[in-house]
Amino acid sequence: MSLSDLPDVQLEQAQKPALIVGVGAAVLLVAMAFVGADRDQFFRSYLYGYVFWLAFPLGSLALLMLHHLTGGGWGFVIRRLCEAGARTFALMAVLFLPLAVGISRLYPWTRAGWAEEAAKHAPFKATYLSQPFFFTRAVIYFVVWIGLGYLLSKWSMEEDQTGDPGMHNRMEALSAPGLILYGLTATFAVIDWVMSVDPDWMSTMYGLIFVVVHVFTAMAFLIFMASRFADHEPLAKVATPSRFHDLGTLLFAFTMLWAYLAFSQFLIIWAGNLKAEITWYVHRGLGEWSWVAGLLLLFHFFVPFFILLNRPIKRRKQLMAKVALVLIVVSALDVFWIITPSFFPAPTIHLSDVLAVAAIGGLWLWAFAKQAQGRPLVPLHDPRMEEAVEHGA
Amino acid sequence: MSRPKLYGLMAEFDSPDALLAAAHKATAAGYRRMDAYSPMPIEELAEAVGFHHTSLPLVVLCGGILGGITGFGMQYYGSVFTFSQNVAGKPLNSWPAFIPITFELTVLFAALTCVFGMLAMNGLPTPYHPVFNVPNFALASRDKFFLCIKARDPKFDARATREFLQGLGPIEVSNVEA
Repeated sequence: MSLSDLPDVQLEQAQKPALIVGVGAAVLLVAMAFVGADRDQFFRSYLYGYVFWLAFPLGSLALLMLHHLTGGGWGFVIRRLCEAGARTFALMAVLFLPLAVGISRLYPWTRAGWAEEAAKHAPFKATYLSQPFFFTRAVIYFVVWIGLGYLLSKWSMEEDQTGDPGMHNRMEALSAPGLILYGLTATFAVIDWVMSVDPDWMSTMYGLIFVVVHVFTAMAFLIFMASRFADHEPLAKVATPSRFHDLGTLLFAFTMLWAYLAFSQFLIIWAGNLKAEITWYVHRGLGEWSWVAGLLLLFHFFVPFFILLNRPIKRRKQLMAKVALVLIVVSALDVFWIITPSFFPAPTIHLSDVLAVAAIGGLWLWAFAKQAQGRPLVPLHDPRMEEAVEHGA
Repeated sequence: MSRPKLYGLMAEFDSPDALLAAAHKATAAGYRRMDAYSPMPIEELAEAVGFHHTSLPLVVLCGGILGGITGFGMQYYGSVFTFSQNVAGKPLNSWPAFIPITFELTVLFAALTCVFGMLAMNGLPTPYHPVFNVPNFALASRDKFFLCIKARDPKFDARATREFLQGLGPIEVSNVEA
């Protein structure tokens, strides 16, 4: 093990390529929008890339608060990485601006006359989907996310420096209302930003499906990152095979939860068979998009189900890192299958989709790598750490 | 008599570490059929006595698949053959509606197979077990740790095995009568 393997050095080295990819792809993406003049496609691709990458910080924040409330040795392996992810919301707020610019190209409810028409049969919808209210809500979401990420990180760092056990209680006390706030803001955010692309369609389970997308994607990412740093002190103390087993089991649980929620939404809409609702699934599950749905069924449920059922696989971090990478790609396909069919009758992938994912992903990873540096990768003075280390074998 | 008179040899230890070390040494010496007894769970001990894989997961998988087939099959049979009803114009084989029950029966069958399979494969209930013939063995649920090498072990030899166990620093080595 050389000095260049140290987590901080690895993270610092990763920053530059991430930034180059992010900025390069962003420049290309914007250039394509101006030269190719297909502005609509720019915003569609951007929406997809943004919603997918938003899962990383939001999932990190949710898992972080979950661990503050429940405890358990698994959380110490990923806690500092979660905190780093939760400190990237300012960047996500800036990256939201292009969506604000493209609002009239993305959302049918911004068109003239839509509100008047909707007011006749759904007055609440007409009020809810108005531009000033839309932006007000977006500001609230980001204030909540930035605030939670900031406070939890700040107290965690103070706990490291002072060893004050009161900090732990503070974080725990914030996490309970914090998780409720997360649940509300995360679900309302996807209803605003994604579901309202089809303003006539609705599903009450939609928000929860995205909560699973968040924790599933973030958990896969965190397992991948933790596996890279697990050999280094102080992380090596807690990042034992048993802990990777726990993390893999949680990923397994999220796989099951995804299947449960995705199927439940389908079952309810299928059973109701209402014209306004069922078209969403007819389009995505029976038409030309059906093979993507089949891929998801296979690779978002059956394959990870049987892989993650295996104890020996979950205990090997290098193997889990590979599984996690594949599952991140699968999750990207899942979000693609939810968003893109709203715009296209048949599976279509544009260069701009790839560029948007690379641009936002590069920038986000750059911010994450920057935030993850400079702090020990485990909370040194957490009162529950000792117990976690003891039972880590 | 066809039954071996000796079930095995039992060594008694003072600490979990001593037991773990003894189990490792016995495995290294080539013994394969042994069992360890301890008042509390000791991680690694199962692996140290050579307890690696059981076929229970496979049995549970079969139970789960059987449950899934049963769950789906019952509904299919009922809805398509014996009590076919037109519900909201949906096809008789409305498989999405069958999935919840299919899932539940998969879980139920797998869980029951797991519990009863575990009991059966452990040979439970066992009203008689030779290890209880060792006078001190009651301490296995209090503060002593035991390693038993069974006479069924191909390498077992009453004298050599006793000497081997003595060399591991036990409190006592006793015969386990069958």
